[in-house]
Amino acid sequence: MTAAPAAGYTADEMMAITAARALRDGMTCFVGIGLPSEAANLARASHAPSLTLIYESGTIGAKPPALPLSIGDGVLAETADAVVSVPEIFNYWLQPGRIDVGFLGAAQIDRFANINTTVIGPDYAHPAVRLPGAGGAPEIAGSCREVIVVLRQNRRAFVDRVDFVTSVGFGDGPGSRQRLGLAGAGPQKVITDLGVLEPDPATCELRLTGTYPGTVVADIKAATGWDLQVAADLRELPPPTEAELAALRRLRAATLPPAANTAPTGQTDQGEQPNDH
Amino acid sequence: MAEIVSLSEAIALAVHDGDTVAMEGFTHLIPHAAGHEVIRQRRRNLTLVRMTPDVIYDQMIGAGCASKLIFSWGGNPGVGSLHRFRDAVQNSWPCPLELEEHSHAGMANRYVAGASGLPFAVLRGYSGTSLATRTPNIAPITCPFTGELLTAVAALTPDVTVIHAQRADRAGNVQFWGITGVQKEAVLAARRSIATVEEIVDELTPQPGAIVLPSWTVGYVATAPGGAHPSYALGYTTRDNDFYQAWDPISRDREKFGRWLDEHVYAPSAVAGLAP
Repeated sequence: MTAAPAAGYTADEMMAITAARALRDGMTCFVGIGLPSEAANLARASHAPSLTLIYESGTIGAKPPALPLSIGDGVLAETADAVVSVPEIFNYWLQPGRIDVGFLGAAQIDRFANINTTVIGPDYAHPAVRLPGAGGAPEIAGSCREVIVVLRQNRRAFVDRVDFVTSVGFGDGPGSRQRLGLAGAGPQKVITDLGVLEPDPATCELRLTGTYPGTVVADIKAATGWDLQVAADLRELPPPTEAELAALRRLRAATLPPAANTAPTGQTDQGEQPNDH
Repeated sequence: MAEIVSLSEAIALAVHDGDTVAMEGFTHLIPHAAGHEVIRQRRRNLTLVRMTPDVIYDQMIGAGCASKLIFSWGGNPGVGSLHRFRDAVQNSWPCPLELEEHSHAGMANRYVAGASGLPFAVLRGYSGTSLATRTPNIAPITCPFTGELLTAVAALTPDVTVIHAQRADRAGNVQFWGITGVQKEAVLAARRSIATVEEIVDELTPQPGAIVLPSWTVGYVATAPGGAHPSYALGYTTRDNDFYQAWDPISRDREKFGRWLDEHVYAPSAVAGLAP
């Protein structure tokens, strides 16, 4: 990112651009809808033209010219290298560990990066909020070589323990993934509108490793429902470049319906954010 | 051999109160016209099965057709929640809705087992999730060859599966292409089946990536042009993304939803078979 930084941008734009930067050219990426899809398409439109986007609808190598609203928009099939059935995408493509990175959203995430997209509240039968559920996420989180999670950070979303483990991050901590037979490395980055969290290699607990220009560590800690540790090598991530911001805004303008242009993708009241569909 | 009948005849013949009904179509080719006909015929106490309940089941749940839902992702794609589904789960309106909840991989494999005539399927999945402890049709299983701990899911064998396809020929062979989802498995897993189609043609010309269900694997074929709306049929219609957005405020409110049903499903003008 050598170009000049952009002047005015929002926290959501910083989040999307940081998430896009986490994808390297040539990777294969299993993409959830909403924030992950936006970031993945931004990466493909900017620094990673050879990124292979895989959607759970069975579209492999989709090259949508604009953001799809759903994982099954016609443009995904029409631009894909291959279109396969739903059993095939999960069994032949995801399950054996062929996919480099799974890109997920979440309604709740905890200190061990376990994800909840099922119910808010302690009683499954009588939830405070009924969320959409699992979709492809449990197996994406299990089988992709690594996982990146994108969601907005606040105390309702960042909790000490999730109410329901829809998708496993690091379970109860070190050794959990191995005991559970989960082949992939699990969540390696959680990218939010405030900064970037990564698992501590020793404890598997999410800790703050990156801030954005203008964000304050104390505010990020205050937006987290556990005692968030800060990495010794905490660094400030570079702001969006003019080119990145222009590419993101082009994508959004090309796609979002009028009502959503003022409210970025997936931004609804807590617990309503679509997960990976 | 598939019988070619009207949509209302197909539903009357194949979908009964208390049935387990799978209406599949993964974002693409969702059989909405058939869903509306089930609502019009006032079927009750159905166990509805679908990976993504989507707007089609939001409508059927809100209309009181369902007592149980077997699913893996219950949202309005790219928009937010399914509010009729949420109202049923959180407030038992218009009636209580029992849930059986899976992941997509689990549901897909359950259909594969059903289509294969096997009692269960095996996958690497669910491990460590709360779903595994919450859902009786998920169980650990040890590989007899390697000792690896895997997950078994029980076969899905619906009483009836309903799909929408691009076309059929006059013998009742059904052809669909584009995102083909899990419809082949869902039809082959079911005791009875209905395919609504955009059109019936003299000859099914080859299409890249198309699935053909031979006539003898399908129960009933009915024409329903535009019958996937607001979903779509690649090559015939496009996804009505505006409708999915518009559904959010309609479905948030019980009265608005009721008026929508009256105008777009129960009204005589709707019975012509065309979705709004």
